[in-house]
Amino acid sequence: MSDELIRLSAAALGEKLAAGEVSSVEATRAHLDRIAAVDGAVHAFLHVEGERAIETAAEIDRRRAAGAPLGPLAGVPIAIKDVLVTKGMPSTSGSRILEGWIPPYDATPVTKVREAGMIPLGKTNMDEFAMGSSTEHSAYGPTHNPWDLDRIPGGSGGGSAASVAAFEAPLALGSDTGGSIRQPAHVTGTVGVKPTYGAVSRYGSIALASSLDQIGPVTRTVLDAALLHDVIAGHDPLDSTSIPEAWPSMADAVRRADVSGLRIGVIKELDGEGFQAGVRQRFHESLELLEKNGAEIVEVSAPHFEYSIAAYYLILPAEASSNLAKFDSVRFGLRVTPEGGGTVEQVMSATREAGFGPEVKRRIILGTYALSAGYYDAYYGSAQKVRTLVQRDFDAAFANVDVLASPTAPTTAFKFGEKLADPVSMYLNDIATIPANLAGVPGISLPSGLAPEDGLPVGIQFLAPAREDARLYNVGAALEQLLEARWGGPLLAQAPDLSAHELTATEEGAL
Amino acid sequence: MARAELMDFDKALELFEPVIGLEVHVELNTTTKMFSSAPNPANSQFHGAEPNTLITPVCLGLPGSLPVVNGDAVKYSISLGLALGCEIAPSSRFARKNYFYPDLAKNYQISQYDEPIAFDGEVEVELENGRVFTVPIERAHMEEDAGKLTHVGGSTGRIQGAEYSLVDYNRAGVPLVEIVTRPIFGGEADTPALAKAYVATIRDIVLSLGISEARMERGNLRCDANVSLRPRGQEKLGTRTETKNVNSMRSVERAVRYEIQRQAAILAGGGTIIQETRHWHEDTGATSAGRPKSDADDYRYFPEPDLLPVVPSKELVDELRAALPEAPAARRRRLKSEWGFSDDEFQIVANSGMLNELAETVAAGATPAAARKWWTGEIARLANAADVDASGLVSPEHVAELAQLVDSGTLTDRLARQVLEGVIAGEGSPQQVVDARGLAVVSDDGALIAAIDEALASQPDVLAKIRDGKVQAAGAVIGAVMKAMQGKADAARVRELVLERAQA
Repeated sequence: MSDELIRLSAAALGEKLAAGEVSSVEATRAHLDRIAAVDGAVHAFLHVEGERAIETAAEIDRRRAAGAPLGPLAGVPIAIKDVLVTKGMPSTSGSRILEGWIPPYDATPVTKVREAGMIPLGKTNMDEFAMGSSTEHSAYGPTHNPWDLDRIPGGSGGGSAASVAAFEAPLALGSDTGGSIRQPAHVTGTVGVKPTYGAVSRYGSIALASSLDQIGPVTRTVLDAALLHDVIAGHDPLDSTSIPEAWPSMADAVRRADVSGLRIGVIKELDGEGFQAGVRQRFHESLELLEKNGAEIVEVSAPHFEYSIAAYYLILPAEASSNLAKFDSVRFGLRVTPEGGGTVEQVMSATREAGFGPEVKRRIILGTYALSAGYYDAYYGSAQKVRTLVQRDFDAAFANVDVLASPTAPTTAFKFGEKLADPVSMYLNDIATIPANLAGVPGISLPSGLAPEDGLPVGIQFLAPAREDARLYNVGAALEQLLEARWGGPLLAQAPDLSAHELTATEEGAL
Repeated sequence: MARAELMDFDKALELFEPVIGLEVHVELNTTTKMFSSAPNPANSQFHGAEPNTLITPVCLGLPGSLPVVNGDAVKYSISLGLALGCEIAPSSRFARKNYFYPDLAKNYQISQYDEPIAFDGEVEVELENGRVFTVPIERAHMEEDAGKLTHVGGSTGRIQGAEYSLVDYNRAGVPLVEIVTRPIFGGEADTPALAKAYVATIRDIVLSLGISEARMERGNLRCDANVSLRPRGQEKLGTRTETKNVNSMRSVERAVRYEIQRQAAILAGGGTIIQETRHWHEDTGATSAGRPKSDADDYRYFPEPDLLPVVPSKELVDELRAALPEAPAARRRRLKSEWGFSDDEFQIVANSGMLNELAETVAAGATPAAARKWWTGEIARLANAADVDASGLVSPEHVAELAQLVDSGTLTDRLARQVLEGVIAGEGSPQQVVDARGLAVVSDDGALIAAIDEALASQPDVLAKIRDGKVQAAGAVIGAVMKAMQGKADAARVRELVLERAQA
C-alpha cells in the first residue's frame, strides 16, 4: 500500500484522496517513510518537517470530512526547494550563512501551496544560493541522482528533482534562473517547468538574479506540473514584476493536448557540436514521433544564442553580487566575530568569508567587477545588449513557429567531481536552458528516453513565447503520452530500485 | 578639534567667487513607506514610535523580500517636481546604489540614478534683503531613507570610541525626494543667505503641497551644502566640499559662510581644498573633515531589477499640475499687494517666517495691519522670551478673535495683551479669557462718569485749567480714572467724558 501510494502521480493521488480511498495522513506518512528509507542515500532533503506535515494532513482530512471544497491537489504532499522561505521552517538556500535562520514569513508560492491544501514535507537541497548545475555547491553536501548515486542530480534544484525521482515526494517546487528546474529534470527523468518570467511571484524566493529567477513545478508527469502551475501562478501585489493578467488553466491544456498542425522549430544552434550522441538521438526520435502525429518540424536559427552564456555570466553575477550583500550578520543568519572582537566591517567580512562557499564568492567578485565604474558599459551594458538580441532571436523564431525544441542539456548526468575544477565546463551545461531566462520565455523539460550509451535519462525541452505557457503543456502532454505508449509506462519505472540502499540510510531526524 | 583658520568674509569675497550647489532631502509624509506597507515615521501620526516597531521583512531586507513602489510617494514626487518647474519623465527608473553600511538593510539603497522622475527646473528664491534669485534645479529623484545608528559607550556619541551600536530600522525605507541644484553662481556676499532662503523656499513649497512635515530638527528636511571658491577671473570651478548634518535654516547659512571663510584662508595661504564630506557642528559653529569623497566613488549603480519603470500617465501629471498650490514667490507678491504693506513692512513679516500665520489670521477675520501688529509684535516677543516657535504659541483664529475684540472696543491693547497671555497659558479662547478674568473694558458711561466726577472733585486745580482751555491738563484726571477702573476702560472715551464733565 505504502509503495503504491508513493508511486502515484500527484493527480492520481489527489483523485484517491478526493474519493476517500486514502487519507492525506496516510499519503503523507507513506512519503515520510520513504524519505526515512532512502534519503540517507539520496540526500534530497535538507530539512524534513514530519510532525508538522502529519498535523497539516490531518487538518486537510478533517476539512474534507466536513465537506469543505478542496482543490485537486489538496492533501498531496510536496517538497519545497530551500530557496523559498518558509515560516517557522529553516530556509538556508543551501548556504552556511543562513544556517539556523527561521524566516518569519512564507514565500508567496508557499502560501499558495498551503492554501491549496498541499502538505509541505520539508526543504530540498540545492547548490548554494542556486549557483550550480550539480548540487555539489551545496554547503550541506550534494544530492545523489536516484538513477546512479555516483552521479549528480543536476542543479541547482537537484534536491527537488531527486526527491520526486526517488518517490520521496509526488511533486516539488523549484526555481530556475538559468536551468535550475529544467536541467535537473533532464538528468533525473522528471518533468520541470520554468514559467514565463512574472507568472509566479518571486516574493519570498531568496534572490539569485532578480531579472532571471522564476519559480516553477518539479514533477513526474506533465499533468502534475500543470496542476501545480495552476496553483502557484498569478499576480502577487508583493512582487512588482509579477504579471497582472489572469492565466488560462494549464491542466486544461494538458487534457486537450493535440499537436496536429503545431509548428515546432528546432533550434539549429542547439543541435550539434557539444551534445552527447544519445541525447541527440532521443531528441530526434521524439521529434519524429511528434511529426508522425501531425506536428510540423522546421529548422530555425537563433544566431545570438551562442553569446547567451557569456551574457548570462555577467548579468547573473552582477545582480547576485548586489542581492547577496544583505548577508552581513547584522540582522539575521551567521555571525562570525574575529578573535578579540572587531569593527562592524571586520565582522561583516569574517562572516562572509566563513559563510559563503567558493562558487558564491567567485560570482560575487565577478559581479562586483562587472558593475564597477569604468567597466559597467563593457560588461553589464554589453550583456544587456546581448540579452536584447537573444530576445529578438526568439521573436523572429516565434513569428514562424508555435514552439521551439532542443535537448534540455548537452549530456546525461555526470559523475561527482567531474566538472568541479572547471567552472566553465560546468557553466556550459546550461547552454540550452539559459536563453529562455534571458528572454523571460517559458520552458519545459520532460523525459525523452535513456541515452543508449550510458542508460541515463535524457530530456527534451520546449520553449514558447512569453505568456504562452499553455503551449508547453499541450506539446509536452502529447509527447509524454506517445513516449509512454512506446515505453510501456513512465520512464521512471525503469529507474533502479533504491530499496537496496535502505539499509545504508541514516536516521533522517539527524538532518 | 582644532578650529580652522578663517579669512574675514568680506576679504574672502574680494579674492574669490563662491559657487554653491545644494542637495535637499525631503522626507515625504505618506502613510506607508517608499517600498513597503510599514507605517512611515515621517508621517506625524507615527512619529516617535519605539525603535524597530515600524518594520516589515522589506524594511529589514530579509531574504526573499521584495520592494513595491508606493503610488502616493510617486504622486507626491511628481507634484514636487512640478512645483520646482521640472519636466516630469514619461518613464523613470529605480537603480541600486551599492555600499555596505549597517543602517542600510540590504546594503544597497534603492534610488534613482540616470533616469530621475523630475529634471530641469528652477525655483524663485527671495532673500531677506528682498533680492530675488532664480535657482536652477538639475533634478529631483525618489529614493529610500536608511535606518538610524546610535553609538553607545563613547563620550562623543560617534562611532569612534563606541562600545557598540544600535540600529533602528524604523526610518529604513522612509520615502525621500532628493532635490539637486545646478551650481549656483552670482550669490556673492549673499551666498550664505541665498542658501538659507533656498532651503526655506523648499520648505514652503513642500508645506504648501502638504507632502512633508518639513521639520528640519526632525530630519524631515536635510540639506547638504556644496561649496567651492574660484579666484576672481578664473573660469574653472574650484574643488568643492560637501557639508552634511546641517539641520536648521540658520545652520545652512552659517555653514556656507564658514566654508567660504575656511576655504579662502586655505587657498590664500597657497593650500589646496580636499574634496571631502564635512560635518557641521552646531555647538562650535564649525565644520570638520569627514570621509574623502571623489567623483570616482563607486556605488556600482545598476537598474533595480525588482521594480518596473515608473510611467506616470499624462492625465495623472496634468491632474497634479492643475492641483498645484500657488508658488511661494507668487503668493508673496499677491499677499503683499492684497495687504497693502510697504516693502519694509512685508519684508519684516516674510523674514519673521510667520507669513502663513498672518495669512490665516487675516482669513479668520483680522485686518492685515492688526494681524501683522500682533504676530511681529507681542507674539514674537513672547515667543522669543520663551525661546519657542511663535507659530506653536497661539492659533491664527485666536489672534483674529483678539484683534476683533480690540476693534470692537471690548479690549484695549493693554487688556488684549493680558488676554493673549491667558490664551497662551491655555485658559481658552480670547472671549473665554475675557469672561473668566473679567478683563473687558468698562463701557458703562455711568460708572466712568462717577469715577471722573470723583477725580475732578479731588483735583479742583485741574478742573480750572481745563475750563481755561488747557485741555492737556485732562491727562492727570484720565490717569486717575484709568487707575480707578483698573485699566478696564477705553482711555479715549474717558478723555471725551472728562472734557464733557469739566464743561458741565
